[in-house]
Amino acid sequence: MTYHNPPTTPRKSSVFDDYTLSEIRRAAETGIYDIRGAGAKRKVPHFDDLLFLGASMSRYPLEGYRERCSTEVVLGTRYAKTPIRLKIPITIAGMSFGSLSAQAKEALGRGANMAGTSTTTGDGGMTPEERGHSKTLVYQYLPSRYGMNPDDLRKADAIEIVVGQGAKPGGGGMLLGQKISDRVAEMRTLPKGIDQRSACRHPDWTGPDDLEIKILELREITDWEKPIYIKIGGSRPYYDVALAVKAGADVVVVDGMQGGTAATQEVFIEHVGQPTLACIRPAVQALQDLGMHRKVQLIVSGGIRNGADAAKALALGADAVSIGTAALVALGDNDPALEAEYRKLNTTAGAYDDWHEGRDPAGITTQDGALAERLDPVRAGRRLANYLKVMTLELQTIARAAGHNHVHNLEPEDLCALTIEAAAMARVPLAGTSWIPGTSKF
Amino acid sequence: MATIDLAITPLRALNENLHALSNGTNDTEWDVLNPEGRHAVAVGLDAPVTVHVHGPVGYYCAGMNKQASVIVHGSAGPGTAENMMSGRVVVKGDASQYAGATGRGGLLVIEGNASSRCGISMKGIDILVRGNIGHMSAFMAQSGNLVVLGDAGDALGDSIYEARLFVRGTVKSLGADCIEKEMRPEHHALLADLLEKAGVTDVETRAFRRYGSARKLYNFDIDNADAY
Repeated sequence: MTYHNPPTTPRKSSVFDDYTLSEIRRAAETGIYDIRGAGAKRKVPHFDDLLFLGASMSRYPLEGYRERCSTEVVLGTRYAKTPIRLKIPITIAGMSFGSLSAQAKEALGRGANMAGTSTTTGDGGMTPEERGHSKTLVYQYLPSRYGMNPDDLRKADAIEIVVGQGAKPGGGGMLLGQKISDRVAEMRTLPKGIDQRSACRHPDWTGPDDLEIKILELREITDWEKPIYIKIGGSRPYYDVALAVKAGADVVVVDGMQGGTAATQEVFIEHVGQPTLACIRPAVQALQDLGMHRKVQLIVSGGIRNGADAAKALALGADAVSIGTAALVALGDNDPALEAEYRKLNTTAGAYDDWHEGRDPAGITTQDGALAERLDPVRAGRRLANYLKVMTLELQTIARAAGHNHVHNLEPEDLCALTIEAAAMARVPLAGTSWIPGTSKF
Repeated sequence: MATIDLAITPLRALNENLHALSNGTNDTEWDVLNPEGRHAVAVGLDAPVTVHVHGPVGYYCAGMNKQASVIVHGSAGPGTAENMMSGRVVVKGDASQYAGATGRGGLLVIEGNASSRCGISMKGIDILVRGNIGHMSAFMAQSGNLVVLGDAGDALGDSIYEARLFVRGTVKSLGADCIEKEMRPEHHALLADLLEKAGVTDVETRAFRRYGSARKLYNFDIDNADAY
């Protein structure tokens, strides 16, 4: 008797999948690691792994759209003479002129103004257009000190000392030569066309004790008027937040690994740092242990997409959230209407992340004048305002459903988790149980 | 001349008074007594005034200075004249780490020695050190001039961009992408001008050697990977 052995179905490795194979080939061909923008694309525990419980019998909900649910937030109440007062607890994260076009920066300012929130500068300094179009502007004080100017410090409404970024804790910026226009080169005091690798650490202080003195200097220069934020990448949030408080921060910004970047190594984006969800409770714990929760405000960023994400971050103890990538999408980034042009760049709408190449068809992450002209700052600003207002309505809707008349009254008890991982990270019970892994028995 | 004694008057009041000065002020001469190592003395000035600080100061003295002349009659702590925009800062004694860090303009003169990272990430400032400078000085220096009459420590000018470094003494080692360059007539002229501005009259420009960027790291090249 003969047996016919049918051929087995070709099977690709789950370790060496198509993406991994293509990356090995690309590295072998080009001799450079993959550099891209945006944030982590791998799936990690995120806000989707949490659910709000809502009110039924044991909690009493508020009437949607009729009973007031406040959203105001005040940032910088610890030392600053002039704290930041915002209508909504959703701010625009730091994104540089250089990385973004002037039109995009203007649109961010316009949108934020309409929604009653703040924008933030980025690596490269403050442009007159940006200051002019942003009612409340946070000035980032970065390791590179590109464009750093005491006049701009005094023009700012708050100062954000960037120690780390969620996409690359421990890493510096990478603005490659393609995007170094004459104006960007002048602002950064560097020759046109060279790769501009921003420093990963500040040049004139080396630790939290030094930082405390640095903050004193910034406060003295600005006559103690402006809140001082400290932004850290989400790697060791408990200890880093505690040290930021010790150094004298008015506000701490914790940026999780889903936070975006203009350009850095893919290996950094996907393999360094902790998920945003995992960063919040340790950060809040540090504030609580120091008796500083709600006295030093906490802003959480990194992959915030909608009102539910914002509500969950606030429920876990944040005072506000910050958005970067989502704001760019609201302006028009990765819009399917531009699919034909994305195809020409060997990508597709929704996946375009070669922001460092400066060829963004949407005119947002570019310094090419013709491309940048495509973005109408007025229309894009309107879109951002709409998006921010929708996020706020979503946030209020959830808060009312949980029985709260201020979004800051959301609390961990309003949440449960869908997975054990999320339950452990967020320190809320696994759905259907009272079990918080690591803190109580099943 | 206005006198402020920091043993009596708080630092905040000193800086507040100095910030209140405008371009047309008649209060152009200030004496600051008993700084006793305080940090952030005379920071953020923006008026053409002269401030004499009598004694040693801590971190960031004359930080982000514009227009003013600040003379420290003593030694200075880390970050002296950091991010200076214009004006003149003179330290009669020694200066600690990061002197003139990220400075964008003006002249910083250190009559004693400077510690490590002098002129780190400088962006247009001119720095003259009569004594020696420590390791990693002019790291990532972008623009401006660093003149050293004494010796330089390890890794001078590591990852340097377009700043010019002039050293009269020895250089322990050069950092990545930093090389010795020819002293052409224009460099002698530039150096002579800097020496004159700093009040140095006892040295010749021909005693100096010039260092700057080889410009090999300006755009990424995998074959330079061991230098990154």
